[in-house]
Amino acid sequence: MKKVEYLIIGNSAGGIAAAEAIRQVDKSGEIAIISDEPCAAYCRARIAEHLAYGRSVDDLLFRPADFYEKNGIQAILGRRAEWIDAGAHRVQIDDGTGISWGKLLLATGGRPIVPEMEGVNRKGVFTFTTFDDARAIARYIEKAERAVVIGGGLIGTSAIEALVKRGLKVTVVEMKERILNTILDEEASALEAEAMKQAGVDIITGATIFGINGPSTGAEVVSSVTLDSGREIPCQLVVVAIGVTPRLELAAAAGIKVNRGIAVDRRMATSCPDVYACGDVAEAHDFVYQGPRLTPVWPNAYLGGRVAGFNMAGVAADYPGGTAINSMKYFGVDITSAGITVPPDDSYRVLRRRQNGSYRRVVVKVGCVVGMVFAGDIEKSGIVFKLMKERVDVSQFVETLVADDFGLICLPEDLWRSQLVAPDKVLK
Amino acid sequence: MKRILVKEQFCIGCRLCEVYCRLQRSESGELLRAYKREASLPLSGARVEERGPVAISVRCQNCEEPACVYACLGGALKRDADSGLVVWEEEQCLGCWSCILACPYGAIRKDTRRGKIARCDLCSGEEVPACVAGCPNEALEYIES
Ligand SMILES: Cc1cc2nc3c(=O)[nH]c(=O)nc-3n(C[C@H](O)[C@H](O)[C@H](O)COP(=O)(O)OP(=O)(O)OC[C@H]3O[C@@H](n4cnc5c(N)ncnc54)[C@H](O)[C@@H]3O)c2cc1C
Repeated sequence: MKKVEYLIIGNSAGGIAAAEAIRQVDKSGEIAIISDEPCAAYCRARIAEHLAYGRSVDDLLFRPADFYEKNGIQAILGRRAEWIDAGAHRVQIDDGTGISWGKLLLATGGRPIVPEMEGVNRKGVFTFTTFDDARAIARYIEKAERAVVIGGGLIGTSAIEALVKRGLKVTVVEMKERILNTILDEEASALEAEAMKQAGVDIITGATIFGINGPSTGAEVVSSVTLDSGREIPCQLVVVAIGVTPRLELAAAAGIKVNRGIAVDRRMATSCPDVYACGDVAEAHDFVYQGPRLTPVWPNAYLGGRVAGFNMAGVAADYPGGTAINSMKYFGVDITSAGITVPPDDSYRVLRRRQNGSYRRVVVKVGCVVGMVFAGDIEKSGIVFKLMKERVDVSQFVETLVADDFGLICLPEDLWRSQLVAPDKVLK
Repeated sequence: MKRILVKEQFCIGCRLCEVYCRLQRSESGELLRAYKREASLPLSGARVEERGPVAISVRCQNCEEPACVYACLGGALKRDADSGLVVWEEEQCLGCWSCILACPYGAIRKDTRRGKIARCDLCSGEEVPACVAGCPNEALEYIES
């Protein structure tokens, strides 16, 4: 049986970050990465560029093509890890072989949620989370003039923009009252909705899909969807983008502790010795909620993977914590957001300001920033995010956070001085 | 590794660092063109902030553990192991603005014309960055640290 020091399942943000951290501190220990996707690690958020412009996966790679070779990493691509025997330090692969490992990382990400509904298996119904998904839609698109995207979250919005660029008439059906409702407040989500409408997208909110229909009984293709209200929307293409769910099955079957995601501590270690987890599949520390939480975004996957990698290689590192963070420019609207953007009760203080096409919102609880949304002029949002991350008491200068001339210099002097003199360390 | 030391006690907030930066980045190397006519109006990688008598010139600090690099969705930002500097590859940048949210200095610019970021690269290739060379009051120093 093949034996490696480090085995990584999942060849994306988390997996690559871990491999890079391991190589930084261990130049020779054998590393293998398994992925059931057939290609080198690519930028998942860029799959829309394949759909919109036909860019090949080679143009969307996250690291140069020679990354694996240069770093002495065996890439086992197009193969699925079937089960883990954590006690025996062994993973079974779907080609019938096994690998034994010293340390294991689960960076298996998430899979799209597809609800059970009439017609969901028809031709023309797609999800949108992998390059293969984008390619499948691109191949089918010639047959379509109208598309329905189910779900107005980040992934749905990405799909909508690409479909609009391809000239399709797109309708988005969102269950809640507004698009991007989990990451934006009302005002920012209205800005995005307005831009979407300007681009010709029909937005239907407060509605769900009852079923996906074909042109006649027996026909396999899609010709319309029916909403719960009974309304029918003609379309030849449907993208299901109602969310992703952690791919927990490997961990769960191996007896590793899982909640909504794989439970990990600040070292990204699971309940099982020598097994680590990171990224969309892991429930790691959220510094806003001060506890473990799923925060399925790329930067957190990367940072968690990096911390896991160091610890796997025997160099202690702590995950500083992440929170829901998003940045985007869909339909030309530049937005950054983080944390709690819509307070659940009135114990929070909300500061907002709208000026010259820009919008800022900062949510504060007991002196600390717990949420923020910047739209338009976003360049200084990182300064506020740092205050949020480090739970700095902002009581004395909270108004300046949304002021037009806000900058580093608005912070207490010792803060900006120490920042300029001693550049930042994410991992201390 | 060399970095720009900001000596705030000497900064008079004249913004010449911004001017020299834009000039350095311009295609023509001519001020009027760089500010008014070039199709690709270059953005400054430095930003002067003022509050009362205090002024500072802010730019990328090449953090040792750079949050922007870890946040980068495109693999465009990297920390060069040899130089210790944060480097950026334009082709890899998708303009997702993740690094902007990550940067604790607010030092990354949103170049809307190109749909990508812009940032200080210490005038890579030049012996002394343009802002340092042009600062009239020696409020910026290029030092080994
Ligand atoms: C369209 C789209 C747009 C997005 N836009 C943004 C954005 O703008 N900003 C942002 O921060 N995030 C964005 N995201 C989310 C971001 O891509 C994820 O948070 C990130 O990819 C998570 O990385 P990961 O390493 O945890 O897992 P993933 O990227 O999900 O990778 C996991 C990999 O593991 C493989 N795998 C799983 N199980 C097995 C197994 N048993 N055997 C072998 N291989 C396995 C999977 O096939 C997959 O390749 C977007 C996602 C999508 C789909």
